[in-house]
Amino acid sequence: MRHDCARHRGDVRSNRLSHPFEGDCIVQIRVTVNGTTHESDVEPRTLLVHYVREQLGLTGTNVGCDTSSCGACTLHLNGEAVKSCTVLAVQADGQDVATIESLAVDGVMHPMQTAFMENHGLQCGYCTPGMVMASISLLNENPNPTEDEVRLGLEGNLCRCTGYHNIVKSVLACANAASLAGGK
Amino acid sequence: MIPASFDYKRAGSAAEAIALIGEYGDEAKFLAGGHSLLPMMKLRLAQPTVLVDIGRITDLSYIREEAGHIAIGALTRHMDVENSPVLAEHVPLLAAAASYVGDAQVRHRGTLGGSIAHADPASDLPATTLALGATYVVQGPNGTREIAAKDFYLSFLESALEPDEILTEIRVPKMNGAGWNFQKFNRRAQDWAIVGVAAWRRGSESGVGLVNMGSTPILASGVSAALAQGASVADAAKLASADAQPQADLNASVEYRTHLAEVLVRRALDASS
Repeated sequence: MRHDCARHRGDVRSNRLSHPFEGDCIVQIRVTVNGTTHESDVEPRTLLVHYVREQLGLTGTNVGCDTSSCGACTLHLNGEAVKSCTVLAVQADGQDVATIESLAVDGVMHPMQTAFMENHGLQCGYCTPGMVMASISLLNENPNPTEDEVRLGLEGNLCRCTGYHNIVKSVLACANAASLAGGK
Repeated sequence: MIPASFDYKRAGSAAEAIALIGEYGDEAKFLAGGHSLLPMMKLRLAQPTVLVDIGRITDLSYIREEAGHIAIGALTRHMDVENSPVLAEHVPLLAAAASYVGDAQVRHRGTLGGSIAHADPASDLPATTLALGATYVVQGPNGTREIAAKDFYLSFLESALEPDEILTEIRVPKMNGAGWNFQKFNRRAQDWAIVGVAAWRRGSESGVGLVNMGSTPILASGVSAALAQGASVADAAKLASADAQPQADLNASVEYRTHLAEVLVRRALDASS
């Protein structure tokens, strides 16, 4: 991580960058997002969700409540679901980020996306990227959850269409399909 | 919502973090998982001009069995506390309480030490470690010292931590087979407790911690004293609020909180007996 700051010169830990924002600190981060490594200049206060949406143009991750309640901004940091409105971009420096855009490969949807489609797990769709990313993280930690465990595991994601029933059904269908495919 | 501008420093060790915080003084704050501090900064309730990121100090993330206690590194995440086999065996109350914090996403980031250092009376883990008789180990420019949980919480979001000290370890006595229970009463998923209770009981000994029943986490020592003297659970639970100073807010009046505390302490102790 390279670092520059007009207010706090003399940082022995980092090299300085010239930057156009006089008075503001700028740090350079190196983040792997969806398999591609990006070197970017950010203000320390830049939230991870704004970084992926506005600097990288990955607008699949939504901002909902902006208060770490609704889960619309859920993405994966090192393979685990986090609320990217409550993570600084600088905290993701050197880390691996995956957004909803990483899931489909060559136009073929991820099994969780397929399960949401087949089970009508979305209505307006606004919460869906966060729901899908949280659901994948949930199954990574608990591959064969009960319905109650799915409901509890997704408590951090709100659907204001209140379409929870089919979301839970989608996650259970995905878990079931995966365990069938795994021959369990 | 975006925080006010600040400068960012990343510490590679506790000693380096202490040196950095000493350099910048009152305008600096430690950043661990960020799930208490960043929301406050986004609301501009906190506007530190320097953040010292301690989140990468990996040697402060551990759960170790010691002779009479379990030592937990301050940067151990809630998810790791929740899923720890060592804690499941020796301090199951703490592992269970950690599973009630926020939601999965929050528990992937938030840390035990961060929650304790933030000293929010509405948080689950300060009151739980208080009930368990934990000791907090803090490190400062002049070395380390230990602070008993019961001496740590001074007032709302204020602890005995000096500004240039960092919480490094939480030592929790082994429960040695004590019965235990955690009660969290809230109206919406993932919310803070309107009232919460962490309780354990082993013979005449017990510990009862109250969440959101005052400006600090509360140790309901009157309940434990009554139980030790042979009072029934129902009678002891009547003393639930004796050591508390509940306040009214949008969720609950003082009377309602007082009522909840008695009911939840009774339920928790019944389940612990």
